[in-house]
Amino acid sequence: MKRTRKPGVSRRATLALMGAGAATLAAPWVARAQAKTIKIGMPTILSGRVAQLGTSSRNAVLLEVEKVNAAGGLAGRQIEMVIRDSKGQPQEAARIARELVNTDGCEMLLDGEASSGSFAVHEVARDLGVLCIHTCSEASSLTADPKQHIPNAFRCVRQGIHDSIVGGSYAASIAKAKGLKKWATCSPDYAYGRDTTGEFVLYLKKFAPDVEVISESWPKLFQPDYTDVITKILQAKPQALYSCLWGGDLTSYIDQANIYAMFAQMEVFAVNMADYTALTVVKNLPKGIHSGDRYIKTFPPTPENAAWGDAYKAKYNEYPTNWSWQNATAVMFLNEAVKKANSTDGKKVAEALTGLTIKCPFGADGTVTMRADDHTLVGYAIGWGTTIPQEPYVPDVKAGDWKTIFELEAEWKKSKGYT
Amino acid sequence: MDLDALASCFASPACLVTQTTSGLIIGMLLFLVAVGLTLIFGVLKVVNFSHGAFYMFGAYFAMTAYQLTGSFALAMLSGAVGTAILGLIFERAFMSRVYGADVLMQLLVCYAFVLIFDDVVRMIWGPEFKSMGMPAAFQVAPLFIAGGVVPPYYLLLIGVALAAAVVLGLGLARTRIGKVIRAAAHNPGMVSALGINTGLIYGGVFALGGMLAGLAGALAAPVRSLTPGMGFSVLIESFIVTVIGGMGSILGALLGALLIGLIRSFGSLGFPLFTEGLMYLFMVIVLVSRPTGLFGKEVA
Repeated sequence: MKRTRKPGVSRRATLALMGAGAATLAAPWVARAQAKTIKIGMPTILSGRVAQLGTSSRNAVLLEVEKVNAAGGLAGRQIEMVIRDSKGQPQEAARIARELVNTDGCEMLLDGEASSGSFAVHEVARDLGVLCIHTCSEASSLTADPKQHIPNAFRCVRQGIHDSIVGGSYAASIAKAKGLKKWATCSPDYAYGRDTTGEFVLYLKKFAPDVEVISESWPKLFQPDYTDVITKILQAKPQALYSCLWGGDLTSYIDQANIYAMFAQMEVFAVNMADYTALTVVKNLPKGIHSGDRYIKTFPPTPENAAWGDAYKAKYNEYPTNWSWQNATAVMFLNEAVKKANSTDGKKVAEALTGLTIKCPFGADGTVTMRADDHTLVGYAIGWGTTIPQEPYVPDVKAGDWKTIFELEAEWKKSKGYT
Repeated sequence: MDLDALASCFASPACLVTQTTSGLIIGMLLFLVAVGLTLIFGVLKVVNFSHGAFYMFGAYFAMTAYQLTGSFALAMLSGAVGTAILGLIFERAFMSRVYGADVLMQLLVCYAFVLIFDDVVRMIWGPEFKSMGMPAAFQVAPLFIAGGVVPPYYLLLIGVALAAAVVLGLGLARTRIGKVIRAAAHNPGMVSALGINTGLIYGGVFALGGMLAGLAGALAAPVRSLTPGMGFSVLIESFIVTVIGGMGSILGALLGALLIGLIRSFGSLGFPLFTEGLMYLFMVIVLVSRPTGLFGKEVA
């Protein structure tokens, strides 16, 4: 049967009109949604022994977010940081990370946790699929181990294996020049201490095969008294000592070793010394401790780095830390990735971040890259030097060579079965 | 385990001097904290779980006084006197209200104050660690005795702690006030009936205990980093010392502290991965063979 068309407005036209009307009415809502702030969650350590580092992470993030917001925000959306204290407890970090996304509506995570907590947050990011940038954990396996890899997680942090390659190479050159064959180690007895010391010794021996470790000490984390450890090292009579003690433990160790004149009896290599947290606290800093750079405003020796360090000090009345520059760089990466993706959608930003190179005050050549194949930061300024007891504290830093780092890192990954 | 290192140390006068001195340093500092703990328990019958906080305050008071005056002597005095006053106020205002209460109640009150004191320190001095620095007078080369290394500052530390032990021991044994304190510990009701103000004695003993812990903190300040909560680990070791020596025994605290110091010092050579464990193992052995500790008395 043939259907006859009724006179007047057709159903299709009515629907089209209704659709257009709805779109017109909804336009302000859509506009509001696009203009609304973007919440970024940050679980970090704001209380306890490591609170100083967590606070410096928060400070650096807020410093950079202020700049991004002043320039119009992320794709036109003002950033609102939601920062919570995990107290350095992994289970609390995971709980907070989940809550920040599910309850507070955060669309991205900046993970300001130390290594133990970052693995917990990593699992939350894996579960929720939210974009996550780790900003403090140096444990190499976080991104080097393919089992840990997820497309939405990145690590914007210096890495243990990079430090060890540069440190081992630097220490080997000193060892050869001064004939330092007998070494001792003294590092905190937990994963970071054991792994970092092992990797440093691995590359020290690679570059100086004559070296022998004759004494190992593993004081517990946050041990107040190192007298027994110091006298044990003195008994062994090593020519050089390596330590990855850090923070208050390192300053206590130096104060106690000082009165045994330990620094006159052996060369000391303390990877975590060249950070303002330690440099400015030790009252009688011995001259000539060898250290890897953590954050000092004179390395890399560029006006951009010095200006950033001064700006931080002007705002917070203290110098930034190693965790500060890493967190600041993460915000810089986010900003550039959103520009590249022209979107704040997590998946699109993650795609834009992959392999992204940005201008950065902390880059060895003025840029840093989020390496595509393992989502980790490369190209940052890395080097070793010797301390003096006043500014600039480490006047002459010998920069590490990224070509060598890449070659040896690739060998290391192969040896660990990561590639 | 490295028994060869331990054996070769016993065969070397230099090593023996260095490790024995090291043990004495650790031990005497522990003694100063533990003796206050044991004194308070002996007289007041309170396990003062907040005692580590006085060690922490002693260190912070000393650092502040040193920063303000540059005088090491004033720094030590401030650490000791400041914590004595703090101890007196704390005892009168709070602890005196839980005497005779259930042990659990006493522990809860003390633990609450551990957290409160840590927060107070955080508010006043900030959460980040601090360093007092070694006074210039002690920034000198260490002494070499029979080839062993002995820092002059540690000789001072050992000397001050030993002097405190002697003064305390003689004071309690030979002076009238010492006799009253011992009598109050033994029979407070009788002392009170004789018209002696037991509240004053209790407050004084608590202040004295706090002062000794504060002095230990002040002596440790030049060589240890200062952080809120720094008293906790010292408290645990002091408890071990007190338990080994016998709760309430001053001589026991001295012997216990020296034994723990020497175990740590020589243990780090022979059992480098079990130094902490050695300390606990020793405590277990003592408690199993003598539950009241080396010099403790059976409680009737």
